[in-house]
Amino acid sequence: MKYMLLIHHGADTASGNEAWEAMSEEEQREVYAAWQAVNETPGLTPGVRMADPENATTVRVQDGRTLTTDGPFVELKEAIGGYCFFECDDLDAAIEMAARIPSARNGGAVEVRPIVEQ
Amino acid sequence: MTPLAETFRDDWGRVLAALIGLLGDFDLAEEAAQEAFAVAAERWPRDGVPSNPRSWLVTTARNRAIDRIRRERTLAEKTRQLTPPAVAHDETDEMDATRFPDERLELIFTCCHPALATEAQVALTLRTLGGLGTAEIARAFLVPEPTMAQRLVRAKRKIKAAGIPFRVPADHLLPDRLAAVLAVVYLIFNAGYSAPADNELTREALRLGRALAELMPDEPEIHGLLALMLLHDARRAARVDGGALVLLADQDPSRWDRRQIAAGRAALERALALRGNGPYVVQAAIASLHAELPRDWPQIAALYGELARLTGSPVVELSRAVAVAEADGPAAGLAIAEKVPLDGYHYLHATRGELLRRLDRVEQARDAYRRALELVHDDAERRLLERRLAAL
Repeated sequence: MKYMLLIHHGADTASGNEAWEAMSEEEQREVYAAWQAVNETPGLTPGVRMADPENATTVRVQDGRTLTTDGPFVELKEAIGGYCFFECDDLDAAIEMAARIPSARNGGAVEVRPIVEQ
Repeated sequence: MTPLAETFRDDWGRVLAALIGLLGDFDLAEEAAQEAFAVAAERWPRDGVPSNPRSWLVTTARNRAIDRIRRERTLAEKTRQLTPPAVAHDETDEMDATRFPDERLELIFTCCHPALATEAQVALTLRTLGGLGTAEIARAFLVPEPTMAQRLVRAKRKIKAAGIPFRVPADHLLPDRLAAVLAVVYLIFNAGYSAPADNELTREALRLGRALAELMPDEPEIHGLLALMLLHDARRAARVDGGALVLLADQDPSRWDRRQIAAGRAALERALALRGNGPYVVQAAIASLHAELPRDWPQIAALYGELARLTGSPVVELSRAVAVAEADGPAAGLAIAEKVPLDGYHYLHATRGELLRRLDRVEQARDAYRRALELVHDDAERRLLERRLAAL
C-alpha cells in the first residue's frame, strides 16, 4: 500500500510560533532529530518543504471570474503544513509511521490518506 | 432448530472468516458464504448433512467465489486486483477441517480496528461474526435500515481502500487493540441488556466473549469480560417484574440463574489466576460479590474505589457512593455522591434521593427524585422513580 501523510503542524513549525519558541533548545533538538529519523525511514519519500500557510493564496473560479482570498482554504491552524509519502504493508504500519512524526505529538495531527494505485 | 440453522449460528463467523482469509475481500466472501448456506438449505434436508458441515460450506463458498471471479474476468479483462487461490475445484464433503484455520480473531481485530468509527465497528462485528442481518442490527440500535446498510458498506469499503490489515496485531499494539475489541463486545452486551424484551445482542456478546476466551486463553481481561457478562446476564430474569425495573437490592435471588453465576465465577477465577487486575476483572469481581448474600459492602466499596482509580469514571464514583452508604451509612455515601460531577445524569439524582430519604430529609429527597424524573428516558426506570417519589 502507498499512503500520503498530510501533516498539520503543531508547536513544531519553526517561524514565529509561540509554542515553538517556548521549547527548550534540548526539546527543539529532539524535534529535529525525530524529523531526521522519519525522513530516513525506508519506504518514506519526503515531500518538498512548504512555506507557512500565512503565505497561501486561495483561488476560486465563479462565473468565469477568478477570485482570490488571502490565506489557506481551511482555518490557518488547520492548514496543511507538509506532506510525505510512505510505502508499507498496511494501515497499521502507516499509523505507526504517522505517530512518529513530531507534529502528531506537538498539538498537530497527521492525516493518513491511502493513494489509489493505477 | 434445523441442523442448518444451528450451523448457521455457530459457524457463520468461522466460515466467513476463513473465506475472507482465502479471498481477501469482504463483499465477495459474504456473497459466497450466503450462496453456500442457500445451497446447503436446499441440499442437506434431501441428501443429509455432510460429515464436516463447516468445511463443506467453506469449500462450496470458495468454489462459487472462484467461478464468479472467472466469469467476471472473462466479461471484463480488467479485473486484476484479485488472484483466485490455486486450488482444485471439488465440492466434496470429505474436507479436512484443519485445512481451514480458524481466522475469527483476524476478523474481529479487523472489524474493531480503531480507524473505523465505533458504531461501524459494532455493526461490522455483528454482521460478520454474528451473522445478524442488516435489518436486525438497525432495529437493535434504533437507526433506519438504509442508514445501517450505508454504515456497513462504508466500513467495508474503508477496510479495502485504507489497507486495514486482516490479522492479529503485533504484540506492541495488542493491549490497545484488544481493549478496543472488548469495548465493542461489551457495548453489544449492554445494548442488549438495556432492552429486556430482546436479548439477541446479549447472546451474541456472550458468544463472542466465549470465542475470544477460547482463542486467546491467556488474556485475563477477556476472561474478566466474559465473567462480567455472565454474572450480569444471570440476573436478567430478576431484573424486570411486570414491565418495571427491579433494583438489585430488591431482586428475588431465587430468580437468578445459579448455573450461569457459577460459570461467571469460573471465568473470574481463570482471570485472577492469570493475575488479571484490569477494569473488566475488577468489575467482574464486584458483580460476583453482588451475587453473594449477605453482601460484603466494605469489600464492594473498596473494589469500586479501585475501579474509579483505573477508569477515572464519575459513574463508577457514584457506584462507590452507593456501596459506601451501605457499608458506612447514608451520610458517608451522600458526601461522596454530592461531589460527583454528573448533574445531567438521572442516576445521580435518584441515588441522592434515596440517600436523603434514609436521612429523613424528605423535602430534599423529593427535589432530587423530581430532578431525576426530568432526566430519565427509559420507561421502566421512570415507573420505578415515580413509585419511589410517591412512597415518600
